[in-house]
Amino acid sequence: MYAEADYLPLSALQHWVFCPRQCGLIHLEQVWDENRLTAEGRILHQRVHEMSDEHRSDISIVRGLRIYSRRLGLIGQADVVEFHRTQAGISLPDAEGLWQPYPVEYKRGSPKMDACDEVQLCAQAICLEEMLGIAVLRGAFFYGRPRRRKEVVLTDELRRKTEESAHQLHEMFRRGRTPGASYEKKCRACSLYNQCLPKTTGGKKNIEHYLQMAYELPREEMIP
Amino acid sequence: MKQLLNTLFVTTQGAYLAKNGDTVEILHEQQTKLRVPIHTLGSIVCFGNVACSPFLMGLCAEHNVPLSFLTENGYFLARVHGPVSGNVLLRKEQYRRSDDLKASSEIARSVVSAKIANSRIVLLRALRDRPQTEGREKIQNALEEMGQNLEDLKRSSDLEEIRGLEGMAANTYFGCFDCLITANKNAFFFSQRSRRPPLDPVNALLSFLYTLLVHDIRSALEGVGLDPAVGFLHRDRPGRPGLALDMMEELRAYLADRLTLSLINRQQVSPEGFQKTESGAVVMDEQTRKTVLVAWQKRKQEEITHPFLQEKIQIGLLPYVQALLMARFLRGDLDGYPPFLWR
Repeated sequence: MYAEADYLPLSALQHWVFCPRQCGLIHLEQVWDENRLTAEGRILHQRVHEMSDEHRSDISIVRGLRIYSRRLGLIGQADVVEFHRTQAGISLPDAEGLWQPYPVEYKRGSPKMDACDEVQLCAQAICLEEMLGIAVLRGAFFYGRPRRRKEVVLTDELRRKTEESAHQLHEMFRRGRTPGASYEKKCRACSLYNQCLPKTTGGKKNIEHYLQMAYELPREEMIP
Repeated sequence: MKQLLNTLFVTTQGAYLAKNGDTVEILHEQQTKLRVPIHTLGSIVCFGNVACSPFLMGLCAEHNVPLSFLTENGYFLARVHGPVSGNVLLRKEQYRRSDDLKASSEIARSVVSAKIANSRIVLLRALRDRPQTEGREKIQNALEEMGQNLEDLKRSSDLEEIRGLEGMAANTYFGCFDCLITANKNAFFFSQRSRRPPLDPVNALLSFLYTLLVHDIRSALEGVGLDPAVGFLHRDRPGRPGLALDMMEELRAYLADRLTLSLINRQQVSPEGFQKTESGAVVMDEQTRKTVLVAWQKRKQEEITHPFLQEKIQIGLLPYVQALLMARFLRGDLDGYPPFLWR
């Protein structure tokens, strides 16, 4: 159980699973560099949240729902939560009958099903379970390209990974240390590449050795 | 690396800058002179009587575009920025190290080494370009003396001693700066640094370029979340941008001194462009200032390979890259601060 003051953004959990250093750079160092991908994602989510809610006889769609979990110490917004009419669910204000919540997360790209996406969806489900007092066993992603929905079963294994990641995330915030860099293929696509400097900060460069250059004059032909 | 964005210099007296959607609109005598989208700008610098609307200031703050006001002669007046942002953990680490004299002296040693090393290359280049120069012997002696200062610096961990070595090297360097001036020698001569105010055209040029440089460095430091006021070599003094001045040491010779020399030696500035005022202070006329700004901007576009990153960057990004390396060092990603070494 976390105190309200210690709640962390749900998005940080996703960043943590993708790359702990990226998470540290964004949330501890407060570094943000927008590129085309992040801008498109931001606009997509804005648009989803601005769309109005829909209520039909057997489904109710709520957008931009504010959610939290005391157990994970997370707070955030769910893009879309669908409420499906069922026999054994919860009741909703202004609607008759019983309903089962079903989170849907919007993604701009094509289906890739990263662990970080799944953890994010699972964390949303855990928030809903805690807030509404009902088990949420499934959720879905909606991918922009092609426009297609993919269902995810929230397994025990995924739940364990989500809890563990949330715990590690809180640990990083408590220590206030940004994890070190290690260069990988995925680094090239990261919008924080320039601030991270994974090739330079990966612990391979030695400053004393570099400084030696200051004490030596370049040969004449080397003078710029 | 990050993209180098343009700096908008507004030198037209009586100009008014306003927000128009996401663009900066420059009006003069109620006519629109120019419109620039905010996302293409790295910073805005206003010289003299230039006014801005509060909404434009807000737009600049929102997009992290530093907006500064300088007098016509380039003295810093004020700067506009939005809410304090960035990383409080980084800033506190900066303050802790600044309070720690041993940690400070390590950083000071780095930047002073780079300052002396880069100044030596200015001298060495002069010898290479003009092997027959009259001051050859003087320059060679200076190179040797400064080399000795560097050797002493290697073994020094005392801040006062480091500062002493820096002073000696600067005296030696400026002691032969006059030998590096080859055109219009009767108007452009150099006897010693005078800053408040500059008392001759060479000092006027140096001071103006140092002001531009410190402006860029301050912005870069703030951009990465560091406090430009809290330095390591330059100790705290209210109103003084200590860290910006620390970082200026390594870039001075490479960016400002060299440009001063080439503006004079290639006769891009002429003696008539400088006026002596009643107080003895020397000021540049508007045309000369423009020439300097254009040359400065052009220089910033040139590409080099950064000696530490081993990555191609535009020269104008040097303040940003060094600020970034300082931030990464303070946060523990590097085992020391790598200053810019001209190679």
